Amino acid sequence: MSKLYYSPSHEYILVDGNIGYVGISDFAQKQLGNVVYVDMPEQGDDIEKGEDFGAIESVKAASDLIAPVSGTVLEFNEELLDNPKLVNEDPMKNWIIKVELSDPSQLDELLDENEYKKLCESESH
Amino acid sequence: MENKKTCLYDKHVELNALISPFAGFEMPIQYKGIVEEHNAVRNACGMFDVSHMGEVLVTGKDATNFINYIFTNDVKDSANGKCFYGMMLNINGGVVDDLLVYKINNEAYFLVINASNIEKDYNWIKNNTHGFDITVTNKSDEYGEIAVQGPLSEKIIEEILDLKISDLEFYSFKEISYHGEKIIVSRTGYTGEDGFEIYSSPTLTNEIWQKLLDSKKVEPCGLGCRDTLRFEVGLPLYGDELTDEITPVEAGLSMFVKLDKPDFIGKNVIERQKVEGPSKKLVGLELKDKAIPRHGYEVLNLEDKVIGHVTTGYHGISVDKSIAMALIDAKYAKLDNEVKVKIRKKTFPAIVTKKKFYKKSYKQ
Repeated sequence: MSKLYYSPSHEYILVDGNIGYVGISDFAQKQLGNVVYVDMPEQGDDIEKGEDFGAIESVKAASDLIAPVSGTVLEFNEELLDNPKLVNEDPMKNWIIKVELSDPSQLDELLDENEYKKLCESESH
Repeated sequence: MENKKTCLYDKHVELNALISPFAGFEMPIQYKGIVEEHNAVRNACGMFDVSHMGEVLVTGKDATNFINYIFTNDVKDSANGKCFYGMMLNINGGVVDDLLVYKINNEAYFLVINASNIEKDYNWIKNNTHGFDITVTNKSDEYGEIAVQGPLSEKIIEEILDLKISDLEFYSFKEISYHGEKIIVSRTGYTGEDGFEIYSSPTLTNEIWQKLLDSKKVEPCGLGCRDTLRFEVGLPLYGDELTDEITPVEAGLSMFVKLDKPDFIGKNVIERQKVEGPSKKLVGLELKDKAIPRHGYEVLNLEDKVIGHVTTGYHGISVDKSIAMALIDAKYAKLDNEVKVKIRKKTFPAIVTKKKFYKKSYKQ
């Protein structure tokens, strides 16, 4: 069964076993506005928890994508190359990278849905 | 220091705008969204609160000669009621500010300056008045300003505000009695579209804003799309394309510098630079990839040597491409020249283009 976690920098990771799909939260896509480009790592790249693994660009600005966990990129979402605004339409369905987690215990440091909801509420005031 | 608020601040809060600090003011960046607002201006009509802009009045017997001494354009022989775009230069030819000068008559000029430079400009103007019989007054807090921009703006202003403005030519203005006060309306703007700028008291500015809003024919637009609009048509923004260190020749604005008039501050430097050619130049860049060059990113030659930096960059909303303006070594500034832009960890190929990515639609 898959489980959803969030990072304080507004990425989510939907995990099943040691495989996870990383994207940005609905709150984040709303804050960004129209997404026009997603800068993604290549297949096989290693990502490290807390480090940027790419960037997401809205009309206004570029924001780094911060890895919620460490691991290896199994796939990036090719659809986003031609159609980055899919992130605005449905950020949960339109994940950015698929990763193999190198240390699933890192998930314990992330936020669950309730905790994340509270974080968003505090940030929108 | 706490940021200032424009006279329309409460309206922006009511409209649930995204508000951010800009040039010392709490300004609306967007209401519905940059893309929607941008397209409203290109296709119909939008309005901007630009009350943060500064206004300075120069009056007196020597006003015309004084303006011509501190300003690059030539106001001397023109008719009253004309607007002029140009710059104030420092002694090195760098730009103190770019501004609009409204010629009320030979002894009165209304200067519209950038919000970020109000203090600097006012001091600069005051410090250069020696020998001129003039009075300089900072009127910035007395005026609100609304820019109504887009192809439908003439029709909407006449209909909703009941102001007769269709007779205004591009870059001209008039003072109109309106609701018991004298307001200034000019056919000017910063979007590349036909449009008007209305200067009035803070109270009347609120009334005008509300009327236009209630008509539902005018989209409230934030500074976000003001930047994307001006950028696509190659208009400079002070702080990005223009600074104290950049000359109008480097910025490609020589046409607003009249070297055939008597001495003005910075003239000798500009004359020399015109003969020798500038060492750096502002150019347009177009990328094949979708990655977006942003202000400050490095521009490289094909050997990966840094040759300049991006001044403004976007995914152009009306042109649907990744584009930028960049200040680069003049050796590389030829059209179609291939360069690279460093975006985060990667470099992307780009070609040098004109700075106008989108055609202006001014009323001539």
